[in-house]
Amino acid sequence: MVTGTADKWFNSVVYLILAAVAAASIFPLLYVVSMSLTPYSEVVKNGGFVIVPRSLSFEAYNRIFADPALGRSMLVTVFVTVVGTAVNLLLTTVAAYPLSRRKLQGRSFFLLFIVITMLFNGGLIPTYLIVQSLGLLDSVWALIVPGAIATFNVLVMKSFFENLPEELFESARIDGAQEFRILWQIVLPLSVPSVLTVGLFYMVGHWNSFFSAVLYITDRELYPLQVVIRNMLLLTQSNELQAEVTVPTAAMQMAAVIAGSLPIIAVYPFIQKHFTKGMLLGAIKG
Amino acid sequence: MEERAALGRQTASGARARKALTGIWQMKALYLMLLPCLAWYFVFKYLPMYGVIISFKDYNFTDGIWNSPWADPWYKYFKQFFESPYFSQLMTSTLLISLYKLAFGMFPSIILAILLHECRIGWFRRWVQTLSYMPHFLSWIIIYGISIAFLSETTGLFNRWITEAGGHSVPFLNSTEWFRSVLVSTEIWKDLGWGAIIYLAAIGSIDPTLYEAARVDGASRIRMIWHVTLPGIRNVITLLLILKIGSMMDAGFEQVFVFYNPRVYEVGDIIDTWVYRMGLEEMSFSLATTVGLFKSVIGFVLIIGANKLAKRWGGSIW
Repeated sequence: MVTGTADKWFNSVVYLILAAVAAASIFPLLYVVSMSLTPYSEVVKNGGFVIVPRSLSFEAYNRIFADPALGRSMLVTVFVTVVGTAVNLLLTTVAAYPLSRRKLQGRSFFLLFIVITMLFNGGLIPTYLIVQSLGLLDSVWALIVPGAIATFNVLVMKSFFENLPEELFESARIDGAQEFRILWQIVLPLSVPSVLTVGLFYMVGHWNSFFSAVLYITDRELYPLQVVIRNMLLLTQSNELQAEVTVPTAAMQMAAVIAGSLPIIAVYPFIQKHFTKGMLLGAIKG
Repeated sequence: MEERAALGRQTASGARARKALTGIWQMKALYLMLLPCLAWYFVFKYLPMYGVIISFKDYNFTDGIWNSPWADPWYKYFKQFFESPYFSQLMTSTLLISLYKLAFGMFPSIILAILLHECRIGWFRRWVQTLSYMPHFLSWIIIYGISIAFLSETTGLFNRWITEAGGHSVPFLNSTEWFRSVLVSTEIWKDLGWGAIIYLAAIGSIDPTLYEAARVDGASRIRMIWHVTLPGIRNVITLLLILKIGSMMDAGFEQVFVFYNPRVYEVGDIIDTWVYRMGLEEMSFSLATTVGLFKSVIGFVLIIGANKLAKRWGGSIW
């Protein structure tokens, strides 16, 4: 292919801007890592944090993990992520499968019943009062049950199921299979990528969620990771800790930030394509 | 004759009813599956809708939603909200923050999508995509932490650069002047790449022969962007714009909740954050629910309107 000078210039500008975007996306995280590894001596020497410190120290990580609150909150978050995602997937599948069957009597009514909740909701306070009256406050289930179904994901999964060929169901029924068996042995094995995609969205949601904990949890033992990190960011900002002598406060905050984001960043590159696919499907449907 | 016709109708309707019943019976497994989900929606979505009636009551904890006395007059809390100085302050902040995010957030994503499409080196494009989608998956708390690293008045990198250049450090995170800009720019950082996905898909579905024809006509690549790519995604841009206008009343609750503090309430407090504080910190459940109801109603009208508009445009998309 012949490329003229104008084309070369055009290409260079495109690549330059794209490289800048990529750098701007990753640099803040790298800088946070660098801050978290900066020992106090470096901060004193340079009069603050620099992008590349001369010496590194893991003292900030040692210190934040020495506090049992962080480890415990990680356990809470892992529990909520695993159990919560399982509950999400179970309920979303058994909701989406019947709704995907065109023969279901009253299908449009049921669809309306769930879609209306996307358009109108009771709001924060009434929802809080309902959760409170169910006795879920200060229970780990308050982080799982009130958010057990995301209507958007039901619709995404329903459209996945609708795309399966109708003959599949016909031949299954001729063989005498019941609906539960059709779902379990035919539909689900064929929908592994789609179920995985929806599951990943739920999983990231659980890992990152903090507001339901702010609302429903007052017991410090049950705080999830994100809430503990938030408290570290807020607390250490106001009172300069005595730990300052050996570890900079900011380094400890940044170590917490890394601890909270590392699991996502570590698995993200491998699952990125599922997210992209799910996003597009949802967008076309919505 | 008439009798027979009536009889025929009767048996026909009877057969229909029977058929419907057997249909339902055959589908019983499906209804059984649907049951837990319907129960969940009833408890966690419809009961709160019923709970909205405390907007018209003097809610107190001991009497609960049902037994609390009615407010006198019934619009007491609406009146209180509309007459308070908060009404205009909250509406201004909520709508302005949404509008800024809309105005400054959409174009960077569109431009990124076009550039990614123009990028001819496959591996480079994939790297840029992977890196730029990543911030979308970080929680607002993590992003607040990153913002502290850059914007903190004492230790932030930007303020270090500013003071080294001889300037005074700027309290980005705590000043009313900067707060909305911080919200908008962190939102752009988070969703720049993620937002580009949908435009990129739309560009990908443009008929390649259009580019061929343009090339034959001797169009430069910039002209092709202008005359082929942009017209090709115009519908998607309009559609997304309309849908975003439909959710103007949400200005990003979690983000504002994490970023704001009493010093910036004046410019950063949005309806959702105010409802949270009024309800769960001040314990004014009825007033908070009223304001939440007000927001839900306006939001409902906006979404319905947006969907109507989108449908009018929708025929030509995909």
